[in-house]
Amino acid sequence: MKHHVTLRVGPVGFRIGSDWRDPIDAVTALYRDYPRADFADYTVRLEAASPIRRWFRPSIHIAGDYRLPEAAPLPLAQGLLAAELGMNLQMALGHRRHLLLHAAVVARDDRAMLMSGISGAGKSTLSLLLARRGWRFLGDEFALIDPLTGLACPFPRAISLKNESLSVIPPDSHTGPLLTGTPKGDIRHVAPDAPAIAGMDRPARPTLLVFPRFGFPSASRVLPPAEAFVRLTQASTNYVAMGEAGFRVLTRLRSQVPAIALDYPDGAAGVAAVEALWDAL
Amino acid sequence: MSGPRYRAAGAELLIVEPLDLFTAVFHRPSGMTHLLTEPAPQILEVLAGEALTADALLARLSQDYELGDAAGEGAAMLQARLEELEAAGLIDAR
Repeated sequence: MKHHVTLRVGPVGFRIGSDWRDPIDAVTALYRDYPRADFADYTVRLEAASPIRRWFRPSIHIAGDYRLPEAAPLPLAQGLLAAELGMNLQMALGHRRHLLLHAAVVARDDRAMLMSGISGAGKSTLSLLLARRGWRFLGDEFALIDPLTGLACPFPRAISLKNESLSVIPPDSHTGPLLTGTPKGDIRHVAPDAPAIAGMDRPARPTLLVFPRFGFPSASRVLPPAEAFVRLTQASTNYVAMGEAGFRVLTRLRSQVPAIALDYPDGAAGVAAVEALWDAL
Repeated sequence: MSGPRYRAAGAELLIVEPLDLFTAVFHRPSGMTHLLTEPAPQILEVLAGEALTADALLARLSQDYELGDAAGEGAAMLQARLEELEAAGLIDAR
């Protein structure tokens, strides 16, 4: 394509191409401290939805090695979001080297806490707040579990904060532009801190599994084995595709790592709660 | 009364993971994961050792479990479970 950038995030190389320069400039700026990929595992293409849409009310269609035909196009001003969604799409639909869990991951001393939940559960906000308190950030979207070792491989993409969560972004952060009026409201991407990028080739051992829910009175309960197993299968985007390897990863994770459902009313309470759970291990 | 003899899929075809009330079973030929609850895991366990008719299986399970009236609801329940397990490929009938 006319414009492109390559990027390596942990064990995954991306090539992002675009019909326009702006989205590539935005990706390059946000990921300025990341290594360039020697090899692209996945290609994302940000294409004009039609030839005329390259110039007239420019509209981005997210394509690549894997695509969702029914995905709605985004306006050019949301090119960075399109690139992020495109990378997520390649991972969710194509990645087979690791079991993927829809989870944020942070670590202390190479011991990882996985926080799994649906969009809105607070994964990104909690992981950003924890990173500011000295936790190593491994990712806010996907946990990549190595089927051979059971370790969580860092995949520290930019942290996506939305709407009310925008207020937690520290002023000294390296961020992308504020994207208003997206399908998910207002979004700003925050580049992970230097330790997260420097440590992105250093896996961590899953040690605590939390299923957070934002906006509820504080409560926690230990999940019984069957519920933990079912939640893990639901949290995985490639469990079925992984076959037996996926089953073995999840049963091992379930048997070795305590799983806790956590409700919390706000970010500060959530951080305090997960750190208390961690300290009690 | 006779009938088909049931036998569990070979041990090499299944990965069985007891959880709590449930047992997760991965069926290699289909790649599907099944969550079983009593008495399905017990049925699989008994039928892993030998092929049995439904009546013989009911008699064997009744030694350890309360399955209800052997001539009535217990037999009907067991038959329903056997049909489900057979449809899932976890046992076969000959």
